[in-house]
Amino acid sequence: MNAISIQNISKNYKDTKALEDISFEVQNGQLFGLIGPDGAGKSTLFRILTTLLLADKGQAFVDGYEVVKEFREIRKRVGYMPGRFSLYQDLSVEENLSFFATIFGTTIEENYDLIRDIYVQIEPFKKRLAGNLSGGMKQKLALSCALIHKPTVLFLDEPTTGVDAVSRKEFWDMLRSLKEKNIAILVSTPYMDEAVLCDEIALIQEGRILKIDEPQSMIHQFDRPLFAVKTNDTYKLLKHLRLKPFTHSVLPFGECLHLISSERMSAADLQDQLRSEGFADVIVSKIKASIEDVFLELSHKTEGHV
Amino acid sequence: MFKVLLAFIRKEFYHILRDKRTLLILFGMPLAQVLIFGYAVTNEFNDAEIDIMDYAKDETSEQYINHLQSSGNFIVRRVLGSPNEMEEGMKAGKAKLVVSIPDNFSEDFYAGNSIQIQVITDGSDPNNANTLVQYLTEMTQSFQRQKRNEPTDPYTINVASRMLYNPQLASAYNFVPGTIALILLIICAMLTSLTIAKEKEIGTMEILLVSPLSPLLIILGKVAPYALLSFVNAIVVILIGFFVFDVPVLGSTLLLLSMCFLYVFTALSLGILISTTVKTQQEAMMKSLMGLMMPSMLLSGFIFPLASMPVVLEYIGKIIPATYFIRILKGVMLRGVGLNFILFEIAVLLAMTLGFLFLSWRNFKIRLE
Repeated sequence: MNAISIQNISKNYKDTKALEDISFEVQNGQLFGLIGPDGAGKSTLFRILTTLLLADKGQAFVDGYEVVKEFREIRKRVGYMPGRFSLYQDLSVEENLSFFATIFGTTIEENYDLIRDIYVQIEPFKKRLAGNLSGGMKQKLALSCALIHKPTVLFLDEPTTGVDAVSRKEFWDMLRSLKEKNIAILVSTPYMDEAVLCDEIALIQEGRILKIDEPQSMIHQFDRPLFAVKTNDTYKLLKHLRLKPFTHSVLPFGECLHLISSERMSAADLQDQLRSEGFADVIVSKIKASIEDVFLELSHKTEGHV
Repeated sequence: MFKVLLAFIRKEFYHILRDKRTLLILFGMPLAQVLIFGYAVTNEFNDAEIDIMDYAKDETSEQYINHLQSSGNFIVRRVLGSPNEMEEGMKAGKAKLVVSIPDNFSEDFYAGNSIQIQVITDGSDPNNANTLVQYLTEMTQSFQRQKRNEPTDPYTINVASRMLYNPQLASAYNFVPGTIALILLIICAMLTSLTIAKEKEIGTMEILLVSPLSPLLIILGKVAPYALLSFVNAIVVILIGFFVFDVPVLGSTLLLLSMCFLYVFTALSLGILISTTVKTQQEAMMKSLMGLMMPSMLLSGFIFPLASMPVVLEYIGKIIPATYFIRILKGVMLRGVGLNFILFEIAVLLAMTLGFLFLSWRNFKIRLE
């Protein structure tokens, strides 16, 4: 039996489609990532799975229980960390944790070993009000609160949004270590670079799943040549490359352009060609695809562009 | 289960004690309200300043003026020199009343001729003017009786009135019950609807829903502290009324307290009902202020008597819980009645409470939509 099983879930808000025919499975002890931009429908799916919303169509099971009829069972078993910081800002760290332990019928001491690695980092501030914590510490506290009752499935809705880079890394290290305690984790994030840290990911956009696979195999399957092209006049180069016959797609990517070519060619040849065409400072290098490239390529396809 | 409820209630007390705004509403407002109603908003007056236009200037008119001042209600501000000055004091807002004593006062008085004393008041404040004229008429009559030294005229009908239950017509007798009703309503209904709306607003309701807590427990945990605190408040107001404003509690104290308890429940259930229909604290505030406070203050018979209102308002007044609670309070505190005289009001409050609870239960969402 899988930790989470989603079968053809659809959900509409009035006229807008939030989710369209979503299906996937999360195994026990798996760290499953839901990757997509804001407004893709991630939070809606989380709320359906945590029994807070009803789907219009389809079925879903969490820990073997059906999300509509057996919602009470699910509410006892899962840990949920909503997208927005949702603890009591006017209670101290310790008071928050002990409150959530009590309402789940347990105590901090009983499950301390489960949260120890996370909680030790905020324990020095346990008398501080939650509202006065930094963003990273707030998320650690929220995770501790979601874990304190030893859930079988953990739902983390964008846990690293608004958190600094160091804390984000720490947070993901914690998630990796939780996996070893056989807790299934469904985590959503808009940060593509976090995708590779998951066991399996689903790319989601505008309520539809683009692809489900392990992140490494997704990257391996990306078989077109990919180049990073760097110049001072990025915009001019972008317009220039769009007109080239070999260009499959070209998109701005940080401070350079990522060019997917439909022909096999070497980086050196491309660089020479572009230099001769007036971009004297251009530097071209062949690169390995990232999840973001995969995502953009897939979302390109579904939008019907070339 | 009990442990969970206790933890919930403790958490709620933390919220209350750490929020200055809530604390102020809880403890500052009752005190302020009682004192404002007690000292500022009152129909009684002492030492009203009056002007005298004395055309007679004889011995009897002097005695009459002294008699007016002897009650402590009036103080003569000025004795005017000419009728042109009559309006001056009133325009300046200093004189509340001008008494004009006609020529030959003494002569006519002892000759038994009819005398007309002219009284001019400031009609821009009608309530006050009325009361002042009433006082003055009384004082004039008593002066007449005293001077003529004769028993009441056998051919006149005299009205001897006695204000039962409130002989001095102290306004505290009216505002103490009214204030209790209002305070309990504000604290129970407004604060509970606010605190539940707050959980929705900051997102903690989402977490509470995804937990084994039953809706009943969530609500019970949220309202229990407010029930306790507002009950304490009711007792404080009754005590202030008793010791500071001499408002008696003639009926049974136990009955009084249990009635307060019943009303606390009514107000709480109303607060819960409001909270099930709102998403934000602001909405909860608007609904409880406009929908509860205003009508309870204006239409419950607390400030304006219900019977003198247009029929529509009278009917609205009849569906306001405070109306019945004020009747109960006045009955038990001032008239000292027992349970059997207020059965109807109790039944109405009970029915309202059950109705509100039923509607809240129907409205409570176990999900987000």
